[in-house]
Amino acid sequence: MAVTTQERAVAAKAGPDRPATLIWLGLGLIVIGQFMALLYAPEEVTMGNAQRIFYVHVPSAWVGYLAFAVVFGASIGYLFTRRRSFDLAAYASTEVGVVFTTLAIISGSVWGRYAWGTWWTWDPRLTTTFMLWLIYVVSLMVRAYGGAGSQAARFAAVLGVIGFLDIPLIHLSVVWWRSLHPLPVVIRPEGFGSGLHPAMLQALLVNVAAFTVLYVALFSVRRRQMAAADALAELKNEDHRRAGTQWTVGTQEVS
Amino acid sequence: MGALSAVRLLVWKDLTLELRTKEILTAMAVFALLSAVIFNFAFSPSPAQAVTLLPGMLWVTLAFAATLGLSRSFVLERDQQCLEALRLFPTDRSLIYLGKAAANLLFLLLVEALILPAMAVISGIALLPHLLPLALVMLLGSIGLVAVGTIFSAMSVNTRIREVLLPVLLFPIASPVLISGVKATAGILAGRPLLEVLPGVRILAVFDVMFVVLGYVIFEFLLEE
Repeated sequence: MAVTTQERAVAAKAGPDRPATLIWLGLGLIVIGQFMALLYAPEEVTMGNAQRIFYVHVPSAWVGYLAFAVVFGASIGYLFTRRRSFDLAAYASTEVGVVFTTLAIISGSVWGRYAWGTWWTWDPRLTTTFMLWLIYVVSLMVRAYGGAGSQAARFAAVLGVIGFLDIPLIHLSVVWWRSLHPLPVVIRPEGFGSGLHPAMLQALLVNVAAFTVLYVALFSVRRRQMAAADALAELKNEDHRRAGTQWTVGTQEVS
Repeated sequence: MGALSAVRLLVWKDLTLELRTKEILTAMAVFALLSAVIFNFAFSPSPAQAVTLLPGMLWVTLAFAATLGLSRSFVLERDQQCLEALRLFPTDRSLIYLGKAAANLLFLLLVEALILPAMAVISGIALLPHLLPLALVMLLGSIGLVAVGTIFSAMSVNTRIREVLLPVLLFPIASPVLISGVKATAGILAGRPLLEVLPGVRILAVFDVMFVVLGYVIFEFLLEE
């Protein structure tokens, strides 16, 4: 396929194409991780095979929290420096975080149906995660309707800070409100992973690593796409300025 | 000009405006009464049930009324380009946040002073013996709602979907206020020892302090052009 000069210019501005390697690495790890989850790890005594959802559920939830922590950091960075790269990081991480949190909630719900006999319960951790999901879905709404120029970015950054700081308070209030979620099995006072069979812990850790790599890959892809959209808009603007017209495309208006 | 007199001036401005138009308070009060009535249509509770239902009804009503008031808070500022004038106000911009939040709080408290007796009458529950702790919980809850609400009001008024965005932003973030408020109110009405309600009061207080400070710091970022 022929690559035009413009395409090359956009690609150059968007940065090097590293995500491809990460995606293959992530997918490879997922295959190994799921193989371990389904065949290597022993069957759990009370829940049976349904417990194997654990190896999808926990890594997804972990990535969700990780992604929103990245949003928090990038939002602060954006508010203070106004560098577009921080904003793109926050935006990309919000999107990927919402996807993984959705996966965590759905997988948890299916698991809950088998383990507790109910699709949903207002347990503190479930409720907090659900509120968290809502906050970042709203953040995507702010991105979509937040207005022209850098305004949407600024508003989303403000929400990225407020939302993250709000999480402990949401959790505290829900704990006080009511407290069926199983107690922690990985990080416990008796030592790391003491609540789990060693093979289960190994399978979990491989999956956590796989999901984390996949997060970084997806994050990089989205970031690069956004940066490319910016660069494309800039180039089009240049063209149209020469032709005497204004044109805006991409995720941000270029002034 | 000192910070306090600047805030007082800003509150006075909103108050004068409200006294002349009476838009926000009327809308909030009538709306709050309407939702109280609708709740009673929806549940038609017996006096015994009313005690368990009232905390939820009260806080949902308050949250909705607060949203209604907050959504108007920056509309006037924007439509008449008052925000431009406010930006020229020779003071720290963060004080504009405190001024707007204080005015919003005042409106909400006035509506609460009306809606609480109305709810007591409609539901037939004697609220008077519980008035003091109830007032404290409602005050703390209102400060929290207004502290985040003022931030989001300034945000949503500048977006394409305006008033629609405010409740969507406000309710998830303000969920600790609503959860603790409802639970604390329920505890008070059930005549539980106040010590049992204390955790909720503490969450409300922490929420208030955190978001007033955060609003003060972050508001500057919302006023930029």
